[in-house]
Amino acid sequence: MNAPRLVATVAIVCAVVGALGYLFSHSGPQRPVDLASVKPDKERHKAPDFALKDSDGKLVHLTDYRGKVVLLDFWATWCGPCKIEIPWFEEFQRQHQQKGFAVIGVSMDDEGWEVVKPFLTRLKVNYRVLIGNDHTAQIYGGIDALPTTFLIDREGRIAAVHVGLVDRKEFENGIEQLLEAPANASAPPAVPALFAGAK
Amino acid sequence: MGAASKVSGKRSASVEARIPVSVLPGFHVNSNKPSEEYLIPLKLTWTATGALEPGAIVYPKPTQEKYEFADKPLSVLTGSFDIVASFKIASNASAGPGSAAGKLRYQACNNRACFPPKTVDVSVNYQIQ
Repeated sequence: MNAPRLVATVAIVCAVVGALGYLFSHSGPQRPVDLASVKPDKERHKAPDFALKDSDGKLVHLTDYRGKVVLLDFWATWCGPCKIEIPWFEEFQRQHQQKGFAVIGVSMDDEGWEVVKPFLTRLKVNYRVLIGNDHTAQIYGGIDALPTTFLIDREGRIAAVHVGLVDRKEFENGIEQLLEAPANASAPPAVPALFAGAK
Repeated sequence: MGAASKVSGKRSASVEARIPVSVLPGFHVNSNKPSEEYLIPLKLTWTATGALEPGAIVYPKPTQEKYEFADKPLSVLTGSFDIVASFKIASNASAGPGSAAGKLRYQACNNRACFPPKTVDVSVNYQIQ
């Protein structure tokens, strides 16, 4: 017997985020939104501070990294493009950590450490990973698309934002520029206060 | 998301609800059986079906697409497609209107970025004759 067909007109549009979706599909051939490689000094804004826990339960603030160049990567275990970038970040961490560079991963997985810890073990991730939350995503502009990666200069200012998978070279250039940049006069002293105040 | 149109059937009848889904151009959603364990599948679940007894849910046949971020082709759905949900109208159902409610969970990406999984409400309105 043929079942009568009941047509339910449920119009589910996978409106992954209208405007941002538009940008992604119309921003040039195979090109993600690339807001800047490294912004000029005067166009940089302070990166919002956050307080998130790492896998040991330790509360981590972005301000703990003051004086370092930071690559802040918002990612998730279900995000294919994120998995491409993670090995690059591991390598950047190895190459540059002695020069005052650090990668911080912020996982946006709803399930938290339950899914993130096995993932980190499997990929042998060598940098610090934190579990993100809506508040942190919000203060960083919403973070609708993953990966979204911020390059933060030694003064704690956002020097570059990359939304989506970008060329590895983009990151390398940005990191090198920031590591080579002279310390800003307004930056916190790079020498101990004892010496800074000495005659 | 739109509302379901009103549908009708007799007691004990087997019926199908066709749920149209449309994915924006340039994006894809993982199929109900993704090719990689870490990917989040498309999944329709009913939360309340009233006088309808839920049966099989048939998802469309996925396509295997190769993306820049994956070594192997992924099992995905793109464009417009229907999910077909089967029901049987309860033999003791009272005549009159009702509504079945469900949730559709999906996770979308384009070639370079992915978007957090979302759950949207699905409803099928019915009329028992």
